[in-house]
Amino acid sequence: MTKIDTGSPEQVLPTPSHTVGPFYGYALPFRGGEDIAPAGHPGTVTVHGYVYDGEGNPLPDALLELWGPDTQGDVPTADGSMRRDPASGGFLGRNGVEFTGFGRIQTDANGHWYARTLRPGARGRSAPYVSVCVFARGLLVHLFTRIYLPGDEAVLAADPLLARVPAERRDTLVAADEGHGTYRFDIRLQGEGETVFLEFQ
Amino acid sequence: MTLTQHDIDAEIAAEHAAYEKRVADGAPVEHHPRRDYAPYRSSVLRHPKQPPIAIDVTKDPELVELASPAFGERDITDVDNDLTRQHTGEPVGERITVSGRLLDRAGKPVRGQLVEIWQANSAGRYAHQREQHDAPLDPNFTGVGRTLSDDDGCYRFTTVQPGPYPWRNHVNAWRPAHIHFSVFGSAFTQRLVTQMYFPNDPLFPYDPILQSVTDDAARQRLIATYDHSLSVPEFSLGYHWDIVLDGPNATWIEEGR
Repeated sequence: MTKIDTGSPEQVLPTPSHTVGPFYGYALPFRGGEDIAPAGHPGTVTVHGYVYDGEGNPLPDALLELWGPDTQGDVPTADGSMRRDPASGGFLGRNGVEFTGFGRIQTDANGHWYARTLRPGARGRSAPYVSVCVFARGLLVHLFTRIYLPGDEAVLAADPLLARVPAERRDTLVAADEGHGTYRFDIRLQGEGETVFLEFQ
Repeated sequence: MTLTQHDIDAEIAAEHAAYEKRVADGAPVEHHPRRDYAPYRSSVLRHPKQPPIAIDVTKDPELVELASPAFGERDITDVDNDLTRQHTGEPVGERITVSGRLLDRAGKPVRGQLVEIWQANSAGRYAHQREQHDAPLDPNFTGVGRTLSDDDGCYRFTTVQPGPYPWRNHVNAWRPAHIHFSVFGSAFTQRLVTQMYFPNDPLFPYDPILQSVTDDAARQRLIATYDHSLSVPEFSLGYHWDIVLDGPNATWIEEGR
């Protein structure tokens, strides 16, 4: 029964999630998916890291999506993350001017990923963060987490989520400052140092 | 020790029985798979052992996860939703039309959002270099499509019927024919990646990925319905598949849910 009767809300039940599998690589990644910040923007930060499994091995087939506000904390409304070339059907890539806030990055053969995006501004009651959605072969339902940037301890301490996370796990949500606007953020799917994942209700 | 279909069948049955017992004992219905589902061996080291931290979105309407990335006409091309027209020649296989609506949990259409698909060709081969299955590639078929949902939440693709294919979860493991879907809602919390199946596939009971959805009714929601009104005369067979996105969105807050 896959025609949904919207006249009876109790019959409107969610479509189950499935794994992204191993073969999304020719479909989902797009040119410039990791270069989210407009070219030469002074608010650009580089975030990078590895994705690890429960034995500490890096995943060469994970896919991350990043979604974050601009430096003022405003949610981007521009489309154009994956601008296409109507002549060839290929990707033109971003125009380097507009900020769409959305990035999609496949880990490389070493399990490493990187993104250049804008340092997020604060919104609402939260400390500034970039939202992350993790997909992988073997992962039956995607995982949400957040990248908080270090620096202002008072702001991080006041964040409603970070305040609720057990102290020994909190650092999994805060990137490490490597200098020159570069931050390290590893994702551990399982085991020691397991990343804090989120469920929205 | 060699892992056989018989071994996997026993594990699938045990997981299913355990779920039925939980529900009989009063646990809520599970619409999604558990990430920890051992019959699908790749999940074993790739699921968190700690429970997720719950975020009540009604407490802060400013959460960036309550907004969604925007996609527009410049992110797709005219032939993106017709996978049979992306090369100079016609792909081999049975042409099909797959269409349906993108809805939220309230049954309202999700408009103007990106729907992406990818699939194997009619012989069961993906156009991916790491694919090991030695079925033939089709020079006229890549198997990637994109579209934006319209004002009624509708999407429509023209493609060919994908073939089933073997994989290495266990000896003689075969995936039922399916199309991968990636969908955005009006909130990032509604993000969904899943797979659509075709009616009456004899491989259903043997597949640990489909069976990871242990709720019988939920599993049925992954299977498209043959719809003769979608079949195009002298061209394609039609399948209807509505997609309902889970996860809270901004409307929940407006309605005070």
